Amino acid sequence: MFVKFERRARPSRLMVLGAPVAAAVLTVIGGSILFTALGHDPLLAFHSFFIAPVSDLYGLGELCLKATPLLLCATGLAIGFRANVWNIGAEGQLIAGAICGGGLGLYMGPASGVLLLPAMLIAGTFGGMAWAGLAAFLRVRFNANEILVTLMLTYIAGLFLSYLVYGPWRSPTGFNWPESSDLSDAARMPQLLAGTRLNLGIVIAVAIALGAWMLLARSYLAYSMEVGGLAPKAARYAGFSQQRMIWLGLLAGGATAGLAGVIEVAGTIGKLREVVSPGYGFAAIIVSYIGRLHPVGIILASFMMALFYIGGEQVKVTLGLPSAITGVFQGMLLFFLLMSDLLITYQPRWTGRWRPSGRTP
Amino acid sequence: MPAIDLFTAIFISVMGAGTPLVLAATGELVAERAGVLNLGVEGMMLVGAAVAFAATAETGSAAIGVVAGMAAGMMLSLIFGFLALTCLANQVATGLALTIFGVGASASIGSGYTGNALSVGAQFKIPFLSEIPFFGELLFSLEPLTYLSLLVAAVVWYFLMRSRSGLVMRAVGDAPGSAHATGFPVIAIRYCAVLFGGAMAGIAGAYLSVFYTPVWVENMTAGRGWIAIALVVFATWQIPRMLVGAFLFGGVTILQFHIQSANLGITTQFLSMLPYAATIVVLIIISSDAVRVRLHTPAALAKPFSADD
Repeated sequence: MFVKFERRARPSRLMVLGAPVAAAVLTVIGGSILFTALGHDPLLAFHSFFIAPVSDLYGLGELCLKATPLLLCATGLAIGFRANVWNIGAEGQLIAGAICGGGLGLYMGPASGVLLLPAMLIAGTFGGMAWAGLAAFLRVRFNANEILVTLMLTYIAGLFLSYLVYGPWRSPTGFNWPESSDLSDAARMPQLLAGTRLNLGIVIAVAIALGAWMLLARSYLAYSMEVGGLAPKAARYAGFSQQRMIWLGLLAGGATAGLAGVIEVAGTIGKLREVVSPGYGFAAIIVSYIGRLHPVGIILASFMMALFYIGGEQVKVTLGLPSAITGVFQGMLLFFLLMSDLLITYQPRWTGRWRPSGRTP
Repeated sequence: MPAIDLFTAIFISVMGAGTPLVLAATGELVAERAGVLNLGVEGMMLVGAAVAFAATAETGSAAIGVVAGMAAGMMLSLIFGFLALTCLANQVATGLALTIFGVGASASIGSGYTGNALSVGAQFKIPFLSEIPFFGELLFSLEPLTYLSLLVAAVVWYFLMRSRSGLVMRAVGDAPGSAHATGFPVIAIRYCAVLFGGAMAGIAGAYLSVFYTPVWVENMTAGRGWIAIALVVFATWQIPRMLVGAFLFGGVTILQFHIQSANLGITTQFLSMLPYAATIVVLIIISSDAVRVRLHTPAALAKPFSADD
């Protein structure tokens, strides 16, 4: 190879911020190549994937709507990821939040007052925390790997929701569709903007992300968690409790994912149904990485990821491509980010001649 | 049905349900023994399943399908290898990316085939041997890939535990620095292990979509890739224990179908939770003995290695 990678004396701050941008650009290029390979005009495909969906007010509203759960989940997950706590079951915690919050909304009749919605949001948050807390308990008490446990709990949560909407919570007037009755108006998120489906959720999500920023930048707790993630031994010598880190890392992700779940149900969907999320919990993992585990970065990244979701739906309509292509884009984005991250700790040096890579002279 | 026939039927179905787990877990076990944690098994299996289904549907040959599935799994594992081994990326994040990519890619590949069914040929039986009463049917009328999975597991066991090259591979997983200093190409060996894992995951996916349930459904692996990863932990990185675990899980899956058909009034969804709940229980039992897990875990698991540092 003509290029050799050498370790930098210190990580490049420029590349820390440059890598996500590079990854986004490479994904767009890679996506255009993919569209061309599938026999579509790349410019047309690019337009219908990235530009057409957000060229009117309604589209922008949809963008915020999709960004809400991504932003919420990613904010909580990032707190755990900073401490090397691998909660990859935010999808399951989101479902748990949807069940708890949505269930409360279903059981309280339409007569209930203005306190219903806040109560639902709290119930959803606690539902997500309980589901993540189970994984934290098993990790702390039995040393069970949280990656596998949170993932298995995701499948279980999905099946439980399916049981509810096929069984006890199925709407009696719903023509046997696997969904619950509609939530009453008191149990719905207030709408923000006429002409769109935008609701209060995005405001809550941004507020929580900014609140998390304050917490991360200022608090001793967050500091100890970050040390735990970067240098576990140093954290142990400093007396930071690893168990507390695991609990906090998982509960933070569970809380925001649960909140995201109930906001989806009380906002966009308006009832419980078999599928309440097209994988927001998994996509949020990518969002928090693209956002560099930093709340401000995560806000930007969640809008980008939301665009991928809307773009996927758009190309399904205009080009007849499967909307699952969104997942391909998500994967590519993270691939390119991980690749670009090499440049944070390594710098390329042009050797000017061909030499088999991987060997030092 | 006479009890003996029922036993044969259950045995054959448990072996069938365990096959994809044996294949995928064997591949992952090899990768982890070489020090590479590839969490992309689910994604590789799914793409393997989708490509194998498409290839079988187009060519009519299940053999071509299986080979195509294997090749697809290897392609994906090559992406993983490039990022995790060459670019030194975080292996957990890379594996997750591979799974997310695989879920999307398989759904895209399979979107034209959703709900299509493959017409599988007559049931495979080894001639003559399968005609022996009881044992013949019990042992010689399984799916070809079931035999392959057992063969691969046996060969891998011999390779890892009894051969010199296997010793080198384990050294790469336990002490890559020493292996490098001794003159072994750590990265190249890890690439081989990762590619083998991809090939096995691809075949496992192909088995699911071409033989086990020959209908294309999105996300048809239903977490089996993750269960395979859990099995490797459960087996404390040893092939014989992994085999026991895989067929145990095959048994749980089959049990679920039998309870369902027995109509005991238990809701389908709760029965479907069984394999996932069992995975958690098994993880708790194994992991609570922290010392034992630590002693068996490849020492350099999931740690990037660079010869230049």
